[in-house]
Amino acid sequence: MTATLVPTAAPTSPSSFGSRHPLARVALRRIAGGILTLFVLSVLVFLATSVLPGDAASAILGKQATPDAVAELRHAMGLDRPLVVQYGKWLAGLLHGDLGNTAAGYAAGGRSGVWDQISGKLGNSLVLAATVFVPVLLLSLVLGVLTALRAGRWLDHLVTTVTLVPAALPEFVLGTVLLAVFFTWLDILPPVSFVAPGASPFATPETLVLPVLTLVGVTVGPATRMIRAGMQEALLSDPVAVARLNGISEARVVRRYALRNALAPSIQVFALIAQYLVGGLLIVEDLFGYPGIGKELVDAVTVHDNLEVQSVTMLLATFYVAVTIAADLLVMAVVPKLRTGGTS
Amino acid sequence: MTDETPLLEVSGLRIALASGTPIVDGVDLTLARGEILGIVGESGSGKTTTALALLGHAQRGAEITGGSVRVAGREVLGLSRAERREIRGKLISYVPQDAGQALNPSLRIADSVTDVLRRHREPAPAAVLGLLGSVDLPATTEFGRRLPHQLSGGQQQRVTIAISLACEPPVIVMDEPTTGLDVLTQQSVLDEIRRLRAERGASLVYVSHDLAVVSQIADRVAVMYAGRIVEEGPIATLMERPRHPYTRGLLQSIPDHRRPARLLPMAGSAPGVEERPDGCAFAPRCPQAADDCRTTPPVLESVDFERHQVRCPHWELTPPATLGIPRDRTEVTAGPALQVRGLRASHKGRGGTVVVAEDISFDVRRGECLALVGESGSGKTTIARCLVGLHLPDGGSVRLRDAPLPARIRKRSAAQRRGIQYVFQNPYQSLNPRRRIGEDLARPGHVLRGLSVAEARAEVGSLLERVQLSPRLADRYPSQLSGGERQRVAIARALAARPDVLVCDEVTSALDVSVQAAILEALAELRDDLGVALLFITHDLGVVSGVADRVLVLEGGRICETGPTDSVLRTPEHPYTQRLVAAAPTLAAR
Repeated sequence: MTATLVPTAAPTSPSSFGSRHPLARVALRRIAGGILTLFVLSVLVFLATSVLPGDAASAILGKQATPDAVAELRHAMGLDRPLVVQYGKWLAGLLHGDLGNTAAGYAAGGRSGVWDQISGKLGNSLVLAATVFVPVLLLSLVLGVLTALRAGRWLDHLVTTVTLVPAALPEFVLGTVLLAVFFTWLDILPPVSFVAPGASPFATPETLVLPVLTLVGVTVGPATRMIRAGMQEALLSDPVAVARLNGISEARVVRRYALRNALAPSIQVFALIAQYLVGGLLIVEDLFGYPGIGKELVDAVTVHDNLEVQSVTMLLATFYVAVTIAADLLVMAVVPKLRTGGTS
Repeated sequence: MTDETPLLEVSGLRIALASGTPIVDGVDLTLARGEILGIVGESGSGKTTTALALLGHAQRGAEITGGSVRVAGREVLGLSRAERREIRGKLISYVPQDAGQALNPSLRIADSVTDVLRRHREPAPAAVLGLLGSVDLPATTEFGRRLPHQLSGGQQQRVTIAISLACEPPVIVMDEPTTGLDVLTQQSVLDEIRRLRAERGASLVYVSHDLAVVSQIADRVAVMYAGRIVEEGPIATLMERPRHPYTRGLLQSIPDHRRPARLLPMAGSAPGVEERPDGCAFAPRCPQAADDCRTTPPVLESVDFERHQVRCPHWELTPPATLGIPRDRTEVTAGPALQVRGLRASHKGRGGTVVVAEDISFDVRRGECLALVGESGSGKTTIARCLVGLHLPDGGSVRLRDAPLPARIRKRSAAQRRGIQYVFQNPYQSLNPRRRIGEDLARPGHVLRGLSVAEARAEVGSLLERVQLSPRLADRYPSQLSGGERQRVAIARALAARPDVLVCDEVTSALDVSVQAAILEALAELRDDLGVALLFITHDLGVVSGVADRVLVLEGGRICETGPTDSVLRTPEHPYTQRLVAAAPTLAAR
């Protein structure tokens, strides 16, 4: 009742930037919110890593080190300064694209940047993520729509079973099974995905196969189910029923009246998968010895390289926030009612 | 009207649930060229199921199990899936209820029209715009580029009508095409349909729950009850001299603003699909039922030579429809229970602030019923929500029993909250589904009047009797009750607080007419017996004439006219009120 009180008959007169470009207005607002989120997160990440016991200096120098040597290294690394100053310096660096220096660099007596240390690993992770994401996107869209159209029939049951069994297994179990089959038994794929530093994983594509198979296996099932659910709901909607009563061909009904209106929820599903693929690959990277960013982060934690932990965490957080915002904007872009600023 | 073979011929149509329970049980219909046939029935009567079957479609879980539907000489029911698709839109087309839900939200208007038009001929942009123009929509490219949500409800409905015309079918089925529209919009859509018939000779099946609307537009009408046609004939004959007791009951239940009178509601409510009795389905509610009615299903009998048929063996006994006695409107002189002065309210939305009520002042006296009338967007619900503290007004004052009432519900004392109670529009959403009726009814007494739980529980039986329900319902859950029963429970819950003012917000708009009549009568009695002040919010002038002593007409958030109900409805002064009164549907010939 109250919703109809706002006059919706005619588009509101173009009075301001916001009402003419609702998408741009929302984008600006969301980006501002994202920056605020990241700032709050930077404080939390910094505090959390600072209160961890042990520091990089003593980790580098080992147990035999004299207190003087430790103090000297701490000074060189800036660890003896007040936390606020350390935080300010780190944050200022981040804003200028400087992620700081690694503990390993200090251990070797010189300095080496965190970025130089991780850029290759980050690249490897992105390659792996993209190689998984594209097939998952296509496969789950096709299977989701197909199972929705054949809901309750044998094809639906078959696809559901085949895609949900691997999804029900933890990644390391599925990965181990694949290793047993393709390395131990068939011996056609390498057990360890060794990628030379500086080389592209595509130079040795066979190293990608097992990690990709594992990740596709765990993500396709849930994604298919979500798309199937959205599509089923759309198929039961009034516009679809009325389109059929108007004699519109079934192919057109599925494409224009069902799929189009089922797309918006699917976008959020794929955003979640993209986030999982970039930040959450630790187990799979570890299992196959794939030199990615997840593995790098764990290594950094092990050697108490707080600065690297902080910077990598912030990098991944930025990706998360960016994907979330992009997904929301994409939803707005494909739902005309949201795009044109109508009351939802 | 010509007497060539009918365009549409339905015989023995049966539709059943998968369990075998019949929804539609042997329906016969005919439609001549250029004729408008109304199908009228309350919820659960099978009217929409019948309408869809005319296009060879059955809703999920239902199946067409027998009979024949011939459109322009072609049998529809035996067709393959592809053949059925082919005739839809071309031979027989469909205009859905609630166009706002039915149009594809992702498609521009022109694209929605094009999708159907391309089945018939080359969908040139000019042809699309021509169709829009033919239903009095702007035939401009700019309008065609709009999305459904950028249209008003009336425009959306016109688009669905334009789509139904796209392939120039000989028969069009319209399913409640004006339900949910404002009175003025409804009138313009009805005018549109009349014009289509006059200009194109369109033949229409018009399905509605609203006998008054159907009487305005149809040539003949078929009244459905519990899956069967109980009476069929020329509209004038049926209005003049209904022969089935149900048709008569319907006519007597419809409040008519031209003849304000007490309503004569039917007993009980229509049975659900699963609970239809043996014999005549109407027998349990029928004042003239004999023993044979409860055992033998009646057949359609001819009343006269005008194709007037009735499914009642005792139709000759049915008395003519009578009007109730005129409502006694002695002027209420008691002191005011509620005083509203200079109320102003707004909604803050994305596009800024929209003022929805401005300078609203009125009194409601004890024992008086004041109706707030207006179309959607007139601010009537917002005003009501301000009074009960659910919406924070921007200005003005409210006094309850001569004491100022704080605007915020949280600042009101228990006694103040008790004094003003609210009954919501939709009884399906306003009762807690997890609480038994008895518990729900005991709460106001306990919380607002400080009774002990036991004392409050002891009142439940008498509260239910107050609204003419059996005290045995106290142990039931809301889901076990019909819509009318639920709304009575909601009213009883409000009464449990012993309010001074009862705010009723469109309390009958979600209910069937026969149930509405009973609720309105129950409210009228409560007011007389308890001396409670009623603030009655509605868009329906018929309802106003049935309950209100005074009426206050709202237009765009301002009071445009106020006065005693009879004089406002008979001689409206403000142009807006005049338009409302002229547009309100009324039974055609009575």
